[in-house]
Amino acid sequence: MSQPTPANSPPRKRSPVPALLGIAAIVAAIAGAFAWVGGWFGERLTPQRMTDTIEAGKPHPGYRRAHTKGVCVAGTFAPSAQAPGLSKARVFTQASTPILGRLSIGGGDPHGADAQARVRSVALLLKTDDGQEWRMAMNSFPFFVVATPEAFQAQNIASAPDPATGKPDPARMAAFLEQYPEAKKFLAWAKSAPWSNSWANTQFNGVNSFWFTNAQGQRRAVRWSLRPQAPFEALSEAQRKQSDADFLSEEFDARLATTGPVKWDLVVTEAKDGDPIDDPSQPWPQDRPQVVAGTVSFTATSPQATGGCRDINYDPTVVPDGIEPSKDPILAARSAVYSVSFNRRQHEIGAGQAPEATGAAKGEAK
Amino acid sequence: MNRHGHFDALARALHWLMAAMILAMLFIGAGMVVSLAWRPTLLDLHRPLGIAILLLVIVRLVNRLRSPPPPLPTDLPAIQKLAAHASHWLLYALMFAMPLIGWAMLSAGGYPIVLFSGVHLPAIAPHSAGLYALLRPAHTVLAYILFATVLAHLAAALYHGWVRRDGVLDSMLRSGAGAGHPPRDVPEAE
Repeated sequence: MSQPTPANSPPRKRSPVPALLGIAAIVAAIAGAFAWVGGWFGERLTPQRMTDTIEAGKPHPGYRRAHTKGVCVAGTFAPSAQAPGLSKARVFTQASTPILGRLSIGGGDPHGADAQARVRSVALLLKTDDGQEWRMAMNSFPFFVVATPEAFQAQNIASAPDPATGKPDPARMAAFLEQYPEAKKFLAWAKSAPWSNSWANTQFNGVNSFWFTNAQGQRRAVRWSLRPQAPFEALSEAQRKQSDADFLSEEFDARLATTGPVKWDLVVTEAKDGDPIDDPSQPWPQDRPQVVAGTVSFTATSPQATGGCRDINYDPTVVPDGIEPSKDPILAARSAVYSVSFNRRQHEIGAGQAPEATGAAKGEAK
Repeated sequence: MNRHGHFDALARALHWLMAAMILAMLFIGAGMVVSLAWRPTLLDLHRPLGIAILLLVIVRLVNRLRSPPPPLPTDLPAIQKLAAHASHWLLYALMFAMPLIGWAMLSAGGYPIVLFSGVHLPAIAPHSAGLYALLRPAHTVLAYILFATVLAHLAAALYHGWVRRDGVLDSMLRSGAGAGHPPRDVPEAE
């Protein structure tokens, strides 16, 4: 490296060109690496591209891109006596934790008919007195359709309506199933699983795995479900055809008004050695040990346009101390895609482009 | 102190430490928002690194005000002096703004601001879609401006070191108290 040259000594004659080229090369290399990391080159699958596919060119401003139709719910979580043995998470020792939740149906239509939605879902935000949060997003299917985000993208592309016919192309769907045969299991579930007539008697499954660590330092891989305390009641084919588009939220409100809080048990299932922890498309054997970790009670609903759940991203990787996400690639991808969906809809709400999603169209307070 | 026409030891240590941290943060940030696999992991690094940068830049600003940097060469053209001073203050402004906007943005988005497992910071802004919609893109735009300024700063430093050979790069690389490099002012032990 050069020594400082006194200002009064003549500069050495040397062409600056090689040095300038070297500087330009270094700057270009760093800028190029940054652009590559930022996804500027190539056709890498990104959460932005996945969200674009889900939107299918016609997003509903201010609404979630998936599981678009829903209601906010308020409630509480009370842990069982066994819960602290599973995880040291504060939520398992605090007597009662408030819940800001959301009940919803699958699909991207804010006005979709409840009776046509094969998938129902619930999202929970539990915030304990120490400020830690546990966010969950659970679904009525017992396992995820595929094992990787690439496969999920392939399914979304294959099942998109063909512009010519307005219906999905059976050939593309067949090709998808050939490439990702694990999805057949999900289609069989969708075809055969009975429909229940309420959110209240629907079981919701957090199909991704997590690691629980208890106060003794014992670590175990788990999955969890919300098992309804309300008995299953079937929704018949005839009822499905006749039911009101919003029958799920109407029924839920009526149920709260007549019989009080609606409850589910939080059932934690423990993996055994060799179980597929990082693959949400593979259910674990039925005989795995289960522990009821507590009870979720929902006590009230509010419209999502004005309720507290609207501006929440129910990112399932937001977990308290004592719970860690597994390496399940679908779990990380959910975090990534939910974030893109959240950023887009918050932008639309902030820019005043979402009068319906915020209730402003009906003259309601924002 | 800059008795030898060099940055003092604390200034140099903070400069190089923060250079590595800021460059890492820019790459982590650019990567995590487009990654399907690495977002949770990178986000867990991004938040504590950002808060560490915020704390270090406070120390660095106090040190800079107490121990001014060595003067630029007297023969440096006025436009380059202006560019040097402007870019340095822009870097300071962004080193403060980026972590604070990131923190405020998470607050406005209703997110917990987790530093590491079980340790989190309070919100510094209200939970508001409108505010989040302003701060989230601001964090991105300012990150690009920071990256461009860092590149310009690097290019200028190498220009001083390899083309002008005027000691400016050296003043951040070494102490100036070494052999063959007599101090310009009273000798002082480092």
